[in-house]
Amino acid sequence: MQLTNLTATEVVAGISARKFNAEEVAKAFLDRTAKLKNLNIYVHLDDEVVLNQARDVDRRLAAGEAVGPLAGLPVAIKDLLCVQGEPTTCGSKMLANFRPPYNATVIEKLKAAGAVLYGKANMDEFAMGSSTENSCYGPTLNPWDPARIPGGSSGGSAAAVAAMTAPVSLGSDTGGSIRQPAALCGVVGLKPTYGRVSRYGLIAFASSLDQIGPFTWNVPDMALMMEAISGGDPKDATSLPDAVPAYSQEIEKRPERLRIGVVKEFFGEGLDNEVAVAVHNAIEVYRKLGAEIKEVSLPHSKYGIAAYYIVAPAEASSNLARYDGTLFGHRAKDFSPADEAEKDLPALVRMMMATRAEGFGAEVKRRIMLGTYALSAGYADQYYNKALKVRRLIRNDFETAFKDVDFLIGPTTPTPAFKLGEKAANPLAMYLSDIYTITTNLAGIPGLSMPCGLSSEGLPIGMQLVGPAMSETALLQAARLFERETDWHTKRPNI
Amino acid sequence: MTTDEVAKVALLARLRLNDQERERYAEQLSLILEFIAQLGELDTEGVEPLAHGVDRTNVFREDKAYPALERELALMNAPKRSAEGFLVPAVLD
Repeated sequence: MQLTNLTATEVVAGISARKFNAEEVAKAFLDRTAKLKNLNIYVHLDDEVVLNQARDVDRRLAAGEAVGPLAGLPVAIKDLLCVQGEPTTCGSKMLANFRPPYNATVIEKLKAAGAVLYGKANMDEFAMGSSTENSCYGPTLNPWDPARIPGGSSGGSAAAVAAMTAPVSLGSDTGGSIRQPAALCGVVGLKPTYGRVSRYGLIAFASSLDQIGPFTWNVPDMALMMEAISGGDPKDATSLPDAVPAYSQEIEKRPERLRIGVVKEFFGEGLDNEVAVAVHNAIEVYRKLGAEIKEVSLPHSKYGIAAYYIVAPAEASSNLARYDGTLFGHRAKDFSPADEAEKDLPALVRMMMATRAEGFGAEVKRRIMLGTYALSAGYADQYYNKALKVRRLIRNDFETAFKDVDFLIGPTTPTPAFKLGEKAANPLAMYLSDIYTITTNLAGIPGLSMPCGLSSEGLPIGMQLVGPAMSETALLQAARLFERETDWHTKRPNI
Repeated sequence: MTTDEVAKVALLARLRLNDQERERYAEQLSLILEFIAQLGELDTEGVEPLAHGVDRTNVFREDKAYPALERELALMNAPKRSAEGFLVPAVLD
C-alpha cells in the first residue's frame, strides 16, 4: 500500500485501526517530499519536528489515551499561520527570522485533534498574488506541469496536496487564494463563510476579507477538516459563535433543495473554451441528478476586481504598517539618508523607510502604495468609500440570487494553470485571474472549488460552487453529490 | 499618477523608493487607477457602504483581566532590545 496515495479519511482510519502507525505515515510523506524538492513546495520543514509529533500520537494510542479525530494526520500549513517557536515567514524577507510567540487558533485546534503539523508551505508574499511567484523563496511549481504556476497565493498548500507530499493542508483566501490554486492543482479547496473559522494567528492581509480554509482530495476529507477548525473564538471578535455541524455525517445526505443558478456573467469574454465545456458538463451532471438549473445574473460582479483592489490594498496598507523594524521582523542596518529629500527626515522615519524598502517585495510595495493613496486625504471618498458602496451592491446581487436558487455554479478560474512568468510583468492581468472568486470575499459568503475536468494538455479544471452565508453543510452536500457521480477527484498528477 | 505623487505617497507609507521604482510605480499605479475608475460608472447615491461581509456589531466580553504575553516572549523577536524594552533610533534630537 502506498501511504502517500491515501486520502485523509483513509489515513486517519488506518492509524485508528492499527493498519499502520502515525510514524510510518509521516515517514512516507517526508520521503516523498524529499524526492519532490524541485517543486519548491515547502519553505520550512523539519523532519524531526514532524516525526516527534507522529511518535507522540503513536505513544498515546499505545497507552490507550484519547487522541482526537485527526490523530496522526499530517497537515501542511500555509506559512502565514503562526506556529509557536517555528518559522512563520509569509514568503517575505521581512519575517525571515520571525518565530511567533503563540499559536494561531486553527493550529491549537489541529493539535487538539491529534494532527501532525507538517511543513510550512510556500505562498505569495503576505498572500498578495495569484501564482506564488511573489515569494521571496521563489515560485512553487505546479505538480501537473512544472513549467506552470500552481496558482496563489496558497500555491504551496495546493501543490502540497496535489503532489501527495501531504494528505491535506491549510491555506487562506482573501480574493481567491484557496479556490484558484485548488482549481489549478486539481484538488478541493474551500473558502468558508467569513467568521466560520477564527483568524486569530493568521498574519493579516485584508482583515475584512481573509478567511482560513483547507485543501483536500475530496469532500469527505474537507468535512473532516472543517469540523476540526471551525467555530467561534473569543480571540477573534469577527468569528461567528454558531455551533459547528457534524459535517462528516451530513455530507452523504442530499441537500434539502437543489436549485442551482448558472451565473451568466461568469461565462463571458476571457473564459477558456475547455473550461467552459467542463463546467457545462458538470451542470449537466447536476441536471441528471434532478437539480433545477436556472440562469442567474450578478450584474455588479464585473466591478468586483475594481472594488477589491481598493478595499484589500487599503486594509493591507494599514495591517502592514506594523512592519516598521521596531517590534519584530527585519530592521535595516544602514538608514543614513539615501538622497537630499531624506536628509530632513528623523532617523526613526528613515529607519522605517529603509527597513520596509529592504523587507518587502515589489507586489507588496505596490499594494501598500495603492492602499495608502486610496485612503489619503482628498481621495478617501472618491476611492475607498466608493468601493465600500459597490461592495454593498455586490452583496445585494448575491442576496437577490439566493432568493431563487440555493447554489451558484461557474468556473473557478478563466483558464487552467498559466506558465511561469507569463503574467509577472503585468499586475492587472494577474489580478484578473481571480475574477470569479473575488466577489464572494467581498460578500463574506462561502465558495468551494472542486475538480471537474482536465484540459487537452492534461491540466486540471475547477468549478466553483457558492452558497449563502453559513451554508457550508449544504455546499458540501451538493459537492459530494457531484463527486459520487464523477471521478475527477481521483485524478492524480503523473509524478 | 506622477512620480511626485508617488514620492508623496511613499513617504506616507514609509517606503523608500529609488528613481526607477518611482517611475515604474507611477506607470503601473496609473494603469490600475484607470481600471478602478470604472467604479465611477455606477450610481451609488444613497447606497450604504459595506465595510464587512458579515454584520456583527459590538461584540462584548466580560471586563476581566487575562494574563498578557510574557515580556520575554514579546521581546524575543525584537530587532534591537534592552533587558526590558524595545530599542529604536532617537526620536527627539
